[in-house]
Amino acid sequence: MTSTTGRTLAGAGTPAPKPSLRRRSSRGSILADKAATVVLWGTGAFVLLLLGAIILHFALAAWGVVSPSFLFSDPSDSSLGGILPILWNSIYMLVLTMLIAVPIGILGGIYMSEYARDTGPLGYVTAAIRFAEESISSVPSIVVGLFGLILFVDTWHWGFSALGGALALTLFNLPLMTRLAEQALRAVPAGERSASLALGATKWQTIRHVVVPLAIPGLVTGVILTAGRVFGEAAVLLFTSGIGTPAHYNFGNFSLTDPSSPWSPFRSATTMSVYIYKLQSEGLGAYVNQIVDGCAAILISMVLIFNLGARLVGRVLTRRMTAA
Amino acid sequence: MTANAIYSEPLIRRVEVAAPRAQEAAIAETAEIKISTEHVSISYGTRVAVRDVSLTVDARSILALIGPSGSGKSTFLRCFNRMNDLIPGASVTGDVCLDGENVTDADVSVVELRRRVGMVFQRPNPFPMSIYENVAYGPRRRGQNDKRKLDELVETSLKRAALWDEVKDDLRRKSGLALSGGQQQRLCIARVLATDPEVILMDEPASALDPVSTLRIEELMRELREAYTIVIVTHNMQQAARVSDVTAFFTMAEDRAGYLVEVGPTGRIFTRPNERLTEDYISGRFG
Repeated sequence: MTSTTGRTLAGAGTPAPKPSLRRRSSRGSILADKAATVVLWGTGAFVLLLLGAIILHFALAAWGVVSPSFLFSDPSDSSLGGILPILWNSIYMLVLTMLIAVPIGILGGIYMSEYARDTGPLGYVTAAIRFAEESISSVPSIVVGLFGLILFVDTWHWGFSALGGALALTLFNLPLMTRLAEQALRAVPAGERSASLALGATKWQTIRHVVVPLAIPGLVTGVILTAGRVFGEAAVLLFTSGIGTPAHYNFGNFSLTDPSSPWSPFRSATTMSVYIYKLQSEGLGAYVNQIVDGCAAILISMVLIFNLGARLVGRVLTRRMTAA
Repeated sequence: MTANAIYSEPLIRRVEVAAPRAQEAAIAETAEIKISTEHVSISYGTRVAVRDVSLTVDARSILALIGPSGSGKSTFLRCFNRMNDLIPGASVTGDVCLDGENVTDADVSVVELRRRVGMVFQRPNPFPMSIYENVAYGPRRRGQNDKRKLDELVETSLKRAALWDEVKDDLRRKSGLALSGGQQQRLCIARVLATDPEVILMDEPASALDPVSTLRIEELMRELREAYTIVIVTHNMQQAARVSDVTAFFTMAEDRAGYLVEVGPTGRIFTRPNERLTEDYISGRFG
């Protein structure tokens, strides 16, 4: 069969043979490509391995320490005892801080993404807020703790209190929470906003019914990162919510003002991270190492549980807010 | 300036007496003007995007805006429902009247305006909600929460948008995003219809769709024309010729500002345009 169109695969009679598909591209680019694959996979594997090693280490170390009685009994000087009050404080501080920081952070994010102007006289306000955000996030946490000590503990005479700790944590976390919320809201496509506005929805209706629901996954990420810092933060809390070993909490005392009530924000509240710091630095007592290992394992588990829980809540919220 | 004054403008379609299609002649006689613009110019900052456009749109007719990219068609379209308000630095001068009322006035409620002047976008943009909630979105935002009324509204809107039969079985379960591109665009049209508009603006509504879906949208437009006034921006001249009653041709001046070259009954614009520029564009010599 002959062809003059050059459409035959054999290409009989065509003067210039086409380059073979099997021709190797230049050695350098192939090498770089392979190297990139190896390095990036390697880095990923290393990070995963590191994370696995940490978890494994504390899981092994806490083996035999963590038990229902460790979780649900009071600390003791003479035996292993438990960490119930400290566990309670960590959860209490988390909830209290999130109650304050999340609404402010999200509203701040909405302002920065939807209302803030970059030009005109209001542009200076926006620039000032950004500058404040960046400045506060670069203040060392121990300094934020000192600020809390001076303001809440000394000047306002609250003494060591859960509320003081939560407010200091809020100050510490707000820049991050606001920034993440802003980014999550900005990432909502313009098309959806225009569609809502063009249907005659007001700006707030558009934010409330389209922008925020679509930004929930990003907002949840912000909440999780903020929560992680609440769980993990010790320096901010040392001087604000206090460092000590609470002996026993009477959970039947629901008073919100009684300093001996575990429900009151006006009492000192040593959290897990602070407790680990205290035990490890003092090194007193026969069971210090076991307790510290147990606390670390529980702290890691709490972070994990919270992250998964937050994702779940986020998914339910998205469904709720986009349906009616 | 009264509507009559516009007719003295040399470029306005009423100057052309002989409408090629009997239907159009009938419209011209009984015409009720829905929208009119007078000396409308739109700028972004210092750049003029649209210069001095005056035209009218009859009620229950389809006006197609055609012209090369950058000639300001979409920008001009967006002044009818004041979507240009959303673009920082955009400013509109001149009058844009809906039923004789100037919509550019500061005391006009854009929320109310956009209820009366709905818009369908180039890229289908259903909300990531159920089909039902997409259609119910507009009515809900103005406080309609009566379930029975909403059900009814959703059904009639989807029927009018020729989508009902395809989605009626999973209105509440299926997300608007799970539909095909053509279905999504019809959902967006249904969503607009549910707000009970008088005018529907369509910004290249079929440019992201396959030919079959495009034809369905065009059929739908012809049906909707019975009850609504439609203004469509399109790059597709066959589409303009197929669906519109009146065609306005825009192009760019040397300073890149868009302007209206001529407007007239679609049949005439595509067969005997008054302007050389229009003829060149339509016959594919430029643009």
